[in-house]
Amino acid sequence: MFDYNFHWRPVLKSLPDLLEAGLLTLQVATLSMVVGIVIGLVLALVRMHMRGPLYWLATSWVELARNTPALFQLFFFGFGLGAFGLHLSPFAIVLCGLSFNCAGYLAENFRGGFQAVPDTQLRAARSLGMSSWQAYTRIIIPQVFRIVYHPLTNQLVWAVLMSSLGMLVGFRELSGETQFFASRTFRIFEYFAVTAVIYYVIVKFILAASRLLAMRLFRY
Amino acid sequence: MNETISFFSGFNVNDFWFMGEAALRTLWISALSISIGAVLGGLFGWLLHEGKLTATLTLAPVLDIFRSVPLIIQLVLFYNFAPIVGLDLDPFGSGVVILTIYTAALVANVARGGIEAVGKPMRRAARSLGMSYWQDMRYVVLPIGGRAVFPAWVGVALGVMKDSALVSVLGYVELLKASQILITRTQEPFLILSIAGAFYFALSFPVSRYAAKLEQRWAQ
Amino acid sequence: MIEIRGLEKYFGALQVLKGIDLDVEKGEVLSVIGASGSGKSTLLYCINGLEPIQKGAVIVDGTDVHAKGTDINKLRQKLGMVFQQWNSFPHLTALENVALAPKIVKGKSRAEAQAIAESQLKHVGLGDKLNVYPGALSGGQQQRLAIARALAMEPTYMLFDEATSALDPELVGEVLDTMRLLAEEGMTMICVTHEMGFARDVSDRVAYFHQGVMEEIGPPEQIFGDAKSENTRKFLANVR
Repeated sequence: MFDYNFHWRPVLKSLPDLLEAGLLTLQVATLSMVVGIVIGLVLALVRMHMRGPLYWLATSWVELARNTPALFQLFFFGFGLGAFGLHLSPFAIVLCGLSFNCAGYLAENFRGGFQAVPDTQLRAARSLGMSSWQAYTRIIIPQVFRIVYHPLTNQLVWAVLMSSLGMLVGFRELSGETQFFASRTFRIFEYFAVTAVIYYVIVKFILAASRLLAMRLFRY
Repeated sequence: MNETISFFSGFNVNDFWFMGEAALRTLWISALSISIGAVLGGLFGWLLHEGKLTATLTLAPVLDIFRSVPLIIQLVLFYNFAPIVGLDLDPFGSGVVILTIYTAALVANVARGGIEAVGKPMRRAARSLGMSYWQDMRYVVLPIGGRAVFPAWVGVALGVMKDSALVSVLGYVELLKASQILITRTQEPFLILSIAGAFYFALSFPVSRYAAKLEQRWAQ
Repeated sequence: MIEIRGLEKYFGALQVLKGIDLDVEKGEVLSVIGASGSGKSTLLYCINGLEPIQKGAVIVDGTDVHAKGTDINKLRQKLGMVFQQWNSFPHLTALENVALAPKIVKGKSRAEAQAIAESQLKHVGLGDKLNVYPGALSGGQQQRLAIARALAMEPTYMLFDEATSALDPELVGEVLDTMRLLAEEGMTMICVTHEMGFARDVSDRVAYFHQGVMEEIGPPEQIFGDAKSENTRKFLANVR
């Protein structure tokens, strides 16, 4: 049944390019996580403390991000905005799509985190004369951060996996680059097999790094 | 794809049917993969819980791979691997196989968590009443553990439903692929994407809301 | 001096304080007793502005706590507060718990803040726990940590909100001893408490709250020995 000849040499030759693309994958995933964290935090706070149009905007964002396919979201930033004459670069499409998605999922994680820190912590901080800003940044958010640390790590892994959708909107991150080489050489299986290994290594690297960092960060 | 020979401009009733059919295909491939995958995942979860050395050494790392490599890469890889080992699979068949294993890999963790959510004392109590191992599983572990992880299971199922959009990469015309085809033909990206997005949302949003409600009720 | 004038407080439609008038002089120890729901804890929250009020005024050293222009964060530095749930900050060590507010609120240098924290922790008997996280401390130790944290701001007044009621019985003593020590040092204290022994032995005056009204106030001998109000006598008969 194995009358197929595997050709690994072209893959090995383009390995440096693939690894570089892997770095791009890591970059775009990290960047969209950073944007997602900031926006997700804002969305969570708006949903917890506000009423009216801002609340509905934040809620729509969260529900749309969570209840439609990530690929749909990418297409939206791709063709969808094209309808309004707005044409983003492939990189921008992936960054916007991933950030939109991450922000929606993280907002819910943050909301859970804020709810898990007792109100009395805020009262205690304010009773010491801390301003509301000081109480949030020094007392509440560090505790929320610990609660959402693992979900945050998982979301970063998701962002890496999701960034592979870049290949469907013409972005040459790891998957896009792989497809580019594969379609030139017709060694589709070999190329994608190596890429699968690279993704696996990236994911394991993130999980290991996160675990090490947690040991340093959380001593309590 | 027939965008080159298209002379339609604007979105018409036929296009709507075209999307409807594609939506049914999305539903069909999701339903099939989720149901088989859930059963398989339940079995895997039980094997992992029982913790026989062979299961831990072989099954766990294999399932881990399916959670650490992008789904899109898995699909391309398997689709191109099947003919090598003499399997004649169309995009639909490949899609079902991969989505099923992917579901199973995710459900395995959920199922194991469910079994472990049932405390040792309760299971000892069940056995002390003279229940057999299987009676304990059927009448104690399944209802109690099942409840504990039902929301997580719904999350996996909805995730797979949304991820089924990725089978489009093999050329299977599900909803998002159909949208893409129509967008190229009609140049109405915003309208078409809105319809597609609304379909996913209408499916996912009520179900996730319902699961969250159940979770709240059960938590009390 | 803390002056409370005609204070009224509502939670929605429910009135929890129905016109309280009360003066607390510097150096005085006032115990506030009463059934739960009598409004005595709310009184403390109104004094340091953690709860808004609907009518009347709270004036601390001449400054109206609830007036619009008041710098509440500055005023709160005068009003140390200790809660029923001790609320130690779990992500900071004992030393950091105490040193944080002097550093970021009062703008003390790191070294100064740490020196203050260390001396206050020694003051409450936690000199050997400086680098321990609250999770590793007992409830009584965490409550003493909370007292040290409030003292580090060098407050003029200390407000205790049922500081011992969430503690296991065997840990109550160490916290009461710390409070007693503060009283002996001349700290001005308002203690909402269920510890009748403490109220009788340590306070200069005892106030009895009943359904949002200050039913009676007087020296402990009078309240515990010869209460004027029927409600006070009934309450004391029940707790004893």
